[in-house]
Amino acid sequence: MTEFNPKIVAFCCDQSGYPAADMAGALKRKLPKEVEIVRVPCAGRIETIYLIKALERGADGVLIFACYEDNCQFLRGNLRVKGRLSYAHRMMERVGLEKERLEICHLATNQGVRLAEILHQKVEQLKKLGPNPVRQKK
Amino acid sequence: MIKAEQKPMDEILRYLNPYNKILLSGCGACVTVCHAGGEKEVELLASGLRMARQKMGKRIEILEATPARQCEPEFAIELSEMIEKVEAVLSIACGVGVQTLVRHFPKTPIFPGVNTTFLGETLTHGVWEERCQACGNCVLEKTGGICPISRCAKQLLNGPCGGSSKGKCEIKKEADCAWQLIYDRLKSLNQLYKMEEFIPAKRWGVESRDSGLRRMIREDLKI
Amino acid sequence: MKAGSNLEKILEKGWFAVTGELGPPKGNDVSVVKRKAELLKGYVDAVNVTDNQTAIVRMSSIATSSLLLQMGLEPVMQMTTRDRNRIAIQSDIFGATALGIKNILCLTGDHHTFGNQVDAKNVHDLDSIQLIDCVRTMRDQGTLLGGEEKIEGEIRLFIGAAENPFADPFEYRAVRLGKKVAAGVNFIQTQCIYDMNRFKEWMKMVRDRGLHEKCHILAGVTPLKSGGMARYMAKNVSGIIIPEEIIDRVVKAKKPAEEGIKICVEQIQELREIEGVHGVHIMAIEWEQMTSKITEMAGLLPRPKVDQ
Repeated sequence: MTEFNPKIVAFCCDQSGYPAADMAGALKRKLPKEVEIVRVPCAGRIETIYLIKALERGADGVLIFACYEDNCQFLRGNLRVKGRLSYAHRMMERVGLEKERLEICHLATNQGVRLAEILHQKVEQLKKLGPNPVRQKK
Repeated sequence: MIKAEQKPMDEILRYLNPYNKILLSGCGACVTVCHAGGEKEVELLASGLRMARQKMGKRIEILEATPARQCEPEFAIELSEMIEKVEAVLSIACGVGVQTLVRHFPKTPIFPGVNTTFLGETLTHGVWEERCQACGNCVLEKTGGICPISRCAKQLLNGPCGGSSKGKCEIKKEADCAWQLIYDRLKSLNQLYKMEEFIPAKRWGVESRDSGLRRMIREDLKI
Repeated sequence: MKAGSNLEKILEKGWFAVTGELGPPKGNDVSVVKRKAELLKGYVDAVNVTDNQTAIVRMSSIATSSLLLQMGLEPVMQMTTRDRNRIAIQSDIFGATALGIKNILCLTGDHHTFGNQVDAKNVHDLDSIQLIDCVRTMRDQGTLLGGEEKIEGEIRLFIGAAENPFADPFEYRAVRLGKKVAAGVNFIQTQCIYDMNRFKEWMKMVRDRGLHEKCHILAGVTPLKSGGMARYMAKNVSGIIIPEEIIDRVVKAKKPAEEGIKICVEQIQELREIEGVHGVHIMAIEWEQMTSKITEMAGLLPRPKVDQ
C-alpha cells in the first residue's frame, strides 16, 4: 500500500502568506511534498468558487494564509474572505466534507517558520482524516 | 427587483436523483443581483452538486449556462442545443424563468433550484427587504411613498395598529412599523392631512392576483 | 337607538357603563362558558366575547355570544378581519344579528404568528376601520359593502372598536380615533391603562377634536395579579406601558394580588373623573372572579336596569 501524502492548496496573500512562504524557503524549512502555493494579491481576491473548485478537483485540504485581521493592506480583504469561507463551509457540510479540510490562518511577513509548522500540522491532521472523499479515482 | 434564495442542497439532490446528465441554468438578471442564481452561483452550485453526487457514488454530469434573462423567450431558446443533450434542467432563475423554460421545452423536466422570495430593495450589500406585492393598484401616493401592503404585517390601510411601539412592528422586532415610517415621512412633507383621510376597502378581487391570472396587452408593441 | 342593546341604552342615558370580558374555551366545552358567565352576571352591562384572541383557536365568538344570550348576559361580539374576508364578515353579521346579538367590536386582530396556527394564511381583506364602515353601511344603508342590493331584513348593531393610546405614534392616536368616528363607530374600548398621565393627555387630544361627543369612550383596565405579570407585560407586550411606581407597588406588596385589585379600583375612580370617559372596560383575563370584587369596591354596583 502506498503512503497517503495529502495534497494541499495554499492560497497565499502577497502581503503576508507569500513572503512568509518565501522566507520559509530562504531558511531552508522543508515544506510538505504535495503543497501547491497559489499567490493572490490579497486574501480578499479569493472567490468562494476557488475554494470549492480546489476541493472538487481533488485537494485534500485548502489553506488560506492571510494577514492579521486588523492589518489588511486593502482594509477589509481578509474579512471578506472570512465570509466566503463560511459560505464554503456551509456548502461542504451539505456535501458531506469535513470542515477541517478548509481553514484560514493569519500571519505576518516574517513568520516563515510558523507557516511551515502550520502546513506540517495540516498534513498530519489530513492523514488522520484520510483522502478527500470526492476525489475521482483515475 | 425579484429576490430569491437557493433551496437546500438536500432538496435539490432529491429532485435530481434519477438523472445523470443535467443542465444547470442561471439567469443574468434579478437573481444575479441578489446572488442567488447568477453565473457565479451556477458555477458554485454545479461544483457542490458534483461533489455531493461523487460522494454518494453516483456521478452526475452538469452543463452550465446563464442566459441574460431566462424569462425572455429569445434568451430561453438559446438553451435549446444544450437541453437536447440532457435529461433534466435545474433552473436557478426565479419562478418566472423556470416557467419560461417549461413553456419552451415540453419534453424535458425543469426543476427549481431557488425559492423566489419577494420583490425587494437592496438595503446594503447582502441585505434585502420586501417593498412591493404587485397588488395592481399602487397606493404610494396616499402613503408618502411607503407601501403598507408589503411592509405592514396586517396590510393596514388606515394607520398603525395597537402593536406599533417605538417605531417597531410587534410581529418582527427588527422591522420598522410601516405606518410609523409613513407618519414620519408625511410629517416631514407637511402632508399629515393624508393620514386623516379614510382609505376605503381595496379592490383585491378585481385588481390583484385574487382576480385570477393577470395579463397585460400592449397592442402597439405586438408584432 | 342604533340597536337597542343594554349597553347602548345605558350609555345613551348617560350612566357610567361597565363591560367585562370573556375568553371562549379552547374547545366546545359549554360548561367553561357557563362558569365564566356566572362570574360576570349582574356585575357588568355587557360582556366582550373575544374572537380567537392572540390568534389561539377557540370557540367562535358568534357561537359563544349566542350561548351568553341564552344565559341572560349581553354579549359584545368581537370580530377580527384577520380570519375573514368581506364575504364571510357580512355573512357572519347576518347570522349574528339573526341570533340576537346587538353589539359588535370591530378589530383587525392579533397577528396570526402569535397564535397556535402559525402556518395559516391571514386574510386582512379589510382593516378595522374599513370593517366599521362596512357594518355601518349594512346597518344604515341596508346594503352590502359597495353594493346596491338591499339586505333582506334589518341589521341593528351598536358598533364598537378598540383604540390604544399607548401605541405609537402617540400624536396620531387621537387622529386615528377620529377616522373610526368618521367611519361610524359608536363606542370605543381602550387598551388597558396604567400610565394615567399619557391617557389623560390622549383624552385631551380626543376632546380637542370633539370626539368624546361623537362616541362613547370606555377606559380599559386590567388588574395585575403579581409583580411577575406586571414586569412581563411591561417588557413584552407592545402597546402597553406600565409605570415603574405601579410595578413597584405590586412587587413590594405583601399580597400582590390584593394590591393589584386595589390599584385597579383606584384607577377606575380616577378614570371616572375624566371628562369624556363614559364607562370602564374590565379585562380580568382568566381572573373573571375578580370582576365582582372590583366593581363592588369601585362603587359600580348594583348595575342599573334599563326598561325595555
